[in-house]
Amino acid sequence: MATAVEVRDLKAWFGKTEALHGISMSVEANHATAVIGPSGCGKSTFVRCLNRMHETIPEAKAEGEVKIGGMDIYSTPPVDVRRKVGMVFQKPNPFPSMSIYDNVAAGLKLNGTRSRKTLDEVVERSLHQAALWDEVKDVLKKKSGASLSGGQQQRLCIARALAVDPEVLLMDEPASALDPISTAKIEDLIFELKQKLTIVIVTHNMQQASRVAEFTGFFLMGHLVEFDKTEKIFTNPTDKRTEDYITGRFG
Amino acid sequence: MEFPRGHVANNRFTQLRRTVTNHAATAVAATLSALVVSTLVAIFAYLAIKGATSLNWSFLTQTPKPVGEVGGGMANALIGSVIILLIASVLGLPVGIGAGIYLAEYGQNPLGQAIRFTADVLNGVPSIVIGLVAYGLVVYEQGHFSALAGGVALAIMMIPILARTTEEMLRLVPTAVREAAFGLGIPQWRTTVSITLASARAGIITGIMLAFARVAGETAPLLFTALGNQFWNLSPNQPMAALPLQIYVYANSPYEDWHRQAWAGALLLIIMIVGTTSIVRFVFRQRLGGAR
Repeated sequence: MATAVEVRDLKAWFGKTEALHGISMSVEANHATAVIGPSGCGKSTFVRCLNRMHETIPEAKAEGEVKIGGMDIYSTPPVDVRRKVGMVFQKPNPFPSMSIYDNVAAGLKLNGTRSRKTLDEVVERSLHQAALWDEVKDVLKKKSGASLSGGQQQRLCIARALAVDPEVLLMDEPASALDPISTAKIEDLIFELKQKLTIVIVTHNMQQASRVAEFTGFFLMGHLVEFDKTEKIFTNPTDKRTEDYITGRFG
Repeated sequence: MEFPRGHVANNRFTQLRRTVTNHAATAVAATLSALVVSTLVAIFAYLAIKGATSLNWSFLTQTPKPVGEVGGGMANALIGSVIILLIASVLGLPVGIGAGIYLAEYGQNPLGQAIRFTADVLNGVPSIVIGLVAYGLVVYEQGHFSALAGGVALAIMMIPILARTTEEMLRLVPTAVREAAFGLGIPQWRTTVSITLASARAGIITGIMLAFARVAGETAPLLFTALGNQFWNLSPNQPMAALPLQIYVYANSPYEDWHRQAWAGALLLIIMIVGTTSIVRFVFRQRLGGAR
């Protein structure tokens, strides 16, 4: 198995508060890796460091080594990193002023792709991959992205992220604002997507982690307590704190 | 944990009191709203009564007649106002909106704070002082009064309003929308131009209309810049008539006919402001297709 993301001694700060205390982790290519832990443990901060999104917050900074496909992201311009490492956020955030088509095409269009044919193809392919095509194919340019339902908006955001053809897709609690049916659709999607790319998913829902991810990392107070195969984490964890968390004794 | 029953009073008397309080609060709010609207309606109605009869074709097409002659109109002042406002918009919009973009997207630093403070102070500077500044900057340097000087004065007044409303409107665009764009590898400048500004455009247009309406009726800054003119002039380099100036002169005159025309001019001015604002809003609402 190949390593898609290699993290070495990653530290992150908000102002003077250290939120991550040196995380090391190897993420397998074409698999889904779940990041679990109680609120405020640094799991969102961790994934936001993987595409240099963390540092867009005023006063926030990160330090350490993150290699994605051989590229050291902290010595690569953020804009280039983020084209390789896509992101899906907790709350669906389509561009409100744009049609469905323009939402999906935005990443290419605003980075200079002009060819209609290319854009049409990419939009259709991405919407197929996000399992949204059939629901929106007749209103692509007529409806605004914001007019879709919450679950559809989230799949639109996934399509938008896929359109720039990333190697890694970061998902920060992508289903926590959705109903169970929409959640199931997103989970199905994760199974499809990892044929083509690598997924790192933050989730509050331990069942979700066990359903979608081959590997799971348990975070606590800015430390990676345990990182192993999902099955091992949920059935036979090594660390007492992991066991306490997954059995519901805290968090 | 169990709460004791009757912890929150809920008998018939309490329910009645809540209903009454609710209706009373609604009535107070409605009355105050009516008061605000009625002021505007009263001004408009009074202007219409006093000015409508004089607002005729010759008023819109003729220039002022010499003192003593009855008739004539404010055609030159109407066109003059349009030209001066155009000059003010051309000068003021890019600076004001540009400053607003800086403040919202990059201005979380001491320089941003300084600009914000300056804009607020500038917004509070009396308009006659702004007129004096334009006099010093343009009239004194050029050696003569001009429509350009008037435009500069009004532009200076527009800038802080535009900067602050643009900033506020851009701030209303959720961080999540910017992050979505960053997450696609779209550079910050591109995000600002194509996504943040586009998301806030309805609000920014409202801001532009506010600034426009605010300066369209200004008289003081034009007194010693555009100066006013009894004759046709379309050159921005010459003294030019403007509706507020003409109203000011006519209303202060001892002639009954000029008073009549001052009323008509005031009505015309308010129609011009309300008309422009409504048309711009209507056009953009159509274009945005309700996505606001």
